[in-house]
Amino acid sequence: MGRPKIARKSTNIDMTAMCDVAFLLLSFFILTTKFKPAEAITVVTPNSVSSKPAPEKDFVLVTIDKDGKVFFSMDDETKKAFIAESLNNTRNLGLNVNAFKKAGFIGAPFSQLSQFLAIPEDQRKGAALPGIPCKDSVNNEMVEWFRLVKTAYNGQKMNLLLKGDNSSKYPAFKNVVAALKKNDLLKFQMVTNPESAPAGTELYKKQMSGEKSK
Amino acid sequence: MAEMDTSGGGGHKKGPGVKKAKKLSTRVDLTPMVDLGFLLITFFIFTTTMSQPTALNLYLPKDTDKPEEQNKAKESGAFTILLGKDNHVFYYEGILDNSNASTNFKSANFGSGEDGIRTAILKKKSTTNPEDFVVVIKPSDDCEYKNVVDILDEMAINVVKRYALVDISDVEVQLIKATEASAVK
Repeated sequence: MGRPKIARKSTNIDMTAMCDVAFLLLSFFILTTKFKPAEAITVVTPNSVSSKPAPEKDFVLVTIDKDGKVFFSMDDETKKAFIAESLNNTRNLGLNVNAFKKAGFIGAPFSQLSQFLAIPEDQRKGAALPGIPCKDSVNNEMVEWFRLVKTAYNGQKMNLLLKGDNSSKYPAFKNVVAALKKNDLLKFQMVTNPESAPAGTELYKKQMSGEKSK
Repeated sequence: MAEMDTSGGGGHKKGPGVKKAKKLSTRVDLTPMVDLGFLLITFFIFTTTMSQPTALNLYLPKDTDKPEEQNKAKESGAFTILLGKDNHVFYYEGILDNSNASTNFKSANFGSGEDGIRTAILKKKSTTNPEDFVVVIKPSDDCEYKNVVDILDEMAINVVKRYALVDISDVEVQLIKATEASAVK
């Protein structure tokens, strides 16, 4: 019996199209990737089941690093200028208002603030800086900072954020909270990494049944 | 396979006397290029940070000196969690005094197992009137920030509506110290 001849198909595939797609995707990812800026203060945040994204506007961020040093930063430049001016007026610090406005974060006691601002931005590294003194209730400069922030915002919406390192000790956190309480700032948020609710727990069941978690 | 054909369509007739140039293949092998492309794609996919940091809300109670303004927690519904060092957790129900310190004061861990704090919270929650149930969190000076966030998270996980972050008392510090010391032995 004669077999029907199967036409030999070429095994050559034109890869041009695939190559096109690959490079399209590649350029997309290159352009959308936002590299994490090298952070001056290294902080490993804890995980939580909270699903609310951390606000990126109008924030006042207090960072606690692993040694319990406290740093302060905020994004609104006009508010920052206001704070710098009132510091100059009340405490005679002679701060460079412009440098203060541009500073990504503040990590020095009031007495060393002008020297701190004289350091170039890229050389301000958390580990080498003294941080804002906040050790006890007597010498808690965070109280003053929060008072200034409160005056600067003057009832406008602000997001108080607290970003602590996993291994920082509780007293540092407690002192920051004490400073907040002194200024009647009773609502704040803690920056965390998201994680999912453990299976079988009440929150998990709630989320499964479609209820929105707080 | 995987070539780009860049040679022109059918050969055209050359006039007489025109020397035929040696025809080199213009097909380029695209395989390495595709390889490289996909390698870079995977790299960028993996380095893209998908997860935005989230925020955990915390409302502080207002400090007040007037006792009539303070929120009173019912003894039967109170559940106090103490955070010690090295991820140790201690808890007791109601009020701790000398008579029941040995039986009421228990230790736990952050796990979800039998001796985890979650089991203890759920047990207390199921046996208490929801109106009265309140968790008091007292972190000691030795505990880490992570523990505080973990325990606040535990409140969210177990849907505890009322909880408060309170300073620890000396008696409790002593008890934690004593328990930790005896555990080492």
